[in-house]
Amino acid sequence: MGRPVQYNTKIKIVKMPDGYTGEGFFATSFDKVVGLARDNSLWPLPFATSCCGIEFMATMGSHYDLGRFGAERMGFTPRQCDMLLVAGTIAKKMAPILRQVYLQMAEPRWVIAIGACASTGGIFDSYPVLQGIDQVIPVDVYVPGCPPRPEGIIDGILKLQDLVHNESLRRRGSEQYKGLLESYNIQ
Amino acid sequence: MSEPQHHIKLAEESLQKQTTTLNLGPTHPATHGVFQNILEIDGERVLEAVPTIGYIHRAFEKIAERRPYYQITPLTDRLNYCSSPINNMGWHMTIEKLLGIKTPKRVDYLRIIIMELSRIADHLVCNSVIGVDTGALTVFTYVFQLREMIYEVFEEVCGSRLTTNIGRVGGFERNFTEASFTKIHHLLTLLPKGLKEFEILLNRNRIFMDRCIGAGPISAERALNYGFTGPNLRAAGVDYDVRVASPYCSYEEFDFKIPVGTNGDVYDRYLVREGEMWQSVSIIRQALEKVEALEKEFPDQKHVFYAPEADHFHLPPKEDVYTKMEALIFHFKMIMGEIDALPGEVYHSVEGGNGEVGYYLISDGGRTPYRLHFRRPCFIYYQAYPEMIKDGLLSDAIITLSSLNVIAGELDA
Amino acid sequence: MTNEFIKQKLTDKFGEQITNWEEPYGMLTFTVPAAQNLKVMQHLYDEETLRFRFLTDLTAVHFPDRKGEELSVVYHLHNLVDNARIRMKIFVPIETPDVFTASQLFSAANWMERETYDFFGVNFVGHPNLIRILNVDEMDYFPMRKEYPMEDPTRIDKDDEMFGR
Repeated sequence: MGRPVQYNTKIKIVKMPDGYTGEGFFATSFDKVVGLARDNSLWPLPFATSCCGIEFMATMGSHYDLGRFGAERMGFTPRQCDMLLVAGTIAKKMAPILRQVYLQMAEPRWVIAIGACASTGGIFDSYPVLQGIDQVIPVDVYVPGCPPRPEGIIDGILKLQDLVHNESLRRRGSEQYKGLLESYNIQ
Repeated sequence: MSEPQHHIKLAEESLQKQTTTLNLGPTHPATHGVFQNILEIDGERVLEAVPTIGYIHRAFEKIAERRPYYQITPLTDRLNYCSSPINNMGWHMTIEKLLGIKTPKRVDYLRIIIMELSRIADHLVCNSVIGVDTGALTVFTYVFQLREMIYEVFEEVCGSRLTTNIGRVGGFERNFTEASFTKIHHLLTLLPKGLKEFEILLNRNRIFMDRCIGAGPISAERALNYGFTGPNLRAAGVDYDVRVASPYCSYEEFDFKIPVGTNGDVYDRYLVREGEMWQSVSIIRQALEKVEALEKEFPDQKHVFYAPEADHFHLPPKEDVYTKMEALIFHFKMIMGEIDALPGEVYHSVEGGNGEVGYYLISDGGRTPYRLHFRRPCFIYYQAYPEMIKDGLLSDAIITLSSLNVIAGELDA
Repeated sequence: MTNEFIKQKLTDKFGEQITNWEEPYGMLTFTVPAAQNLKVMQHLYDEETLRFRFLTDLTAVHFPDRKGEELSVVYHLHNLVDNARIRMKIFVPIETPDVFTASQLFSAANWMERETYDFFGVNFVGHPNLIRILNVDEMDYFPMRKEYPMEDPTRIDKDDEMFGR
């Protein structure tokens, strides 16, 4: 099933931010560089509970390859990861555990809700299902679908990359962010 | 050398206790799905395990009492989501049994092709996950390539990859296109190569065999008492397969073997699943030949894709829906569930990826079932997990868990 | 092994206690008084000509209209050797839903009975560990009973008037 790379020999490199170039130096603003570094090396923490988890595994696989966007290392520990990918239904029994995993992550951290169940509860509007994970943790990107196609998941991650790229360095200490966390009872 | 000034106060109880309590929590890279085990271990040896499940309980049975029959099909998808077409077809067969509809032969053969493809997909994932848990990560990547091709066939037939919602009561929603048959033929050439590669990598691999032989065994008597079905039971030595015992969907016309193990350990389960994949490839080949022979003998069979008796359950063709008033009303009534079923009580089971998936349906003649119970094989055999890992090593406990192929959706429903 | 043969063997041993013989869609179904369920299952297990040694399924159904017999526990048994399936039903009132546990005979019944307790509140006498299994431990009602809705009762955002259910 293997063959040498024949066609994809042109590799895309990320666009350089605007700045002042000179002989042997390049000056730009700090947050652009940090944004560039952060968004192309987001390490995901897969929190896969059900069917969306299998589609996420397919996205990680060689056909759709999430690794080419910088998400090469799937860390399974929240201490070392930047983005939390919640894929699958979250039941009310699971919600405290999801919250605990979110709390263990270090700033800056982002959350993507993959699939209809993680975004709003999906087709399960029954009593044990949490109707969307944004009832317990703040979410940055929602990817709809049941399950979303791997292209959809990649689209969600690219949108998150835009968010990360343009995020100000002061955001995590700002009043607005603190207010957001307060509304979720997260200190 | 003076003694350190700070004194480390050890708690009295941890000096007395010889064992450690370890939480193999709901979020763990090795538990493929959300279930928790609290293990009592003495060094590396597991003494006791207390499983906790329900972390993805979605109350399928309660939801099913509120949904009309066609709206339950997406629910059955999400039971064993690695092989969802089997669940869909099992559900449609249950309704057909309730209504007394007999499907034509071509529909049966096409259903068998789809079910065996999904069985291959399920077993591929399970076997590669056993590989991942023993450290052999390559096979997992190769396997998802094969699964993509199986997904392509599903997409041709029903439009969706994973949770397919495939088929209708009495057959399929539309006829298989030429492209789908081409893809199935192509897949039949690729699958043997892929499975052979799998075999070469893992079957006689010294490390894999040393890890897996003797890990997590269960005897045939205990397995039967625990209600095991499917590959886990066949690995213990009992050749019970619903396809052979209570044939449905014309399985009696097909010639296939049932692979059976001896010890019921991880290696046997791996080999049984692999044997079943080879048998599934052979069944798909036979089904394709039978379809072609049927079409050659009765050329108008080519357009048969559902049972005529199921007309009142079958959506009208889209051209009619967009142009004729009666077809539009009929389509609306069917999707919104205004078609009533007969009252009755029926139990039907099919051979899913993990064993006997049963549907116990009690209908009182309304638009939704009165009671629908899913007999989920994962739920029933996961009870035996503490017994299987008792006195084994911790690493054996991990690979036993992945070799049982516990799918969280089926466990909790 | 035909349904008549099984029916004959059971009536020989238990006589009039087993009632309501039916054969919906070919599966022999009968009703057993609640106190006799273990005896009947033990007989089906031990008897050499019957050999129903595999418990396929154990579940319950709630019939709020049958006063005095609201909860029905349904056992599906399977004889793997002769390939015969039967369905055994027992009925218990909802005020005292006590049923003898089958977990001594079939280990498979352990979790299935826990699930039935969790959903319907059937009290299995003699069960080693009868606690909730699928729902949250703090839940104080039995959700599958007909009087409870499918949705979370505390939910305010879903409007049934709009959806016409």
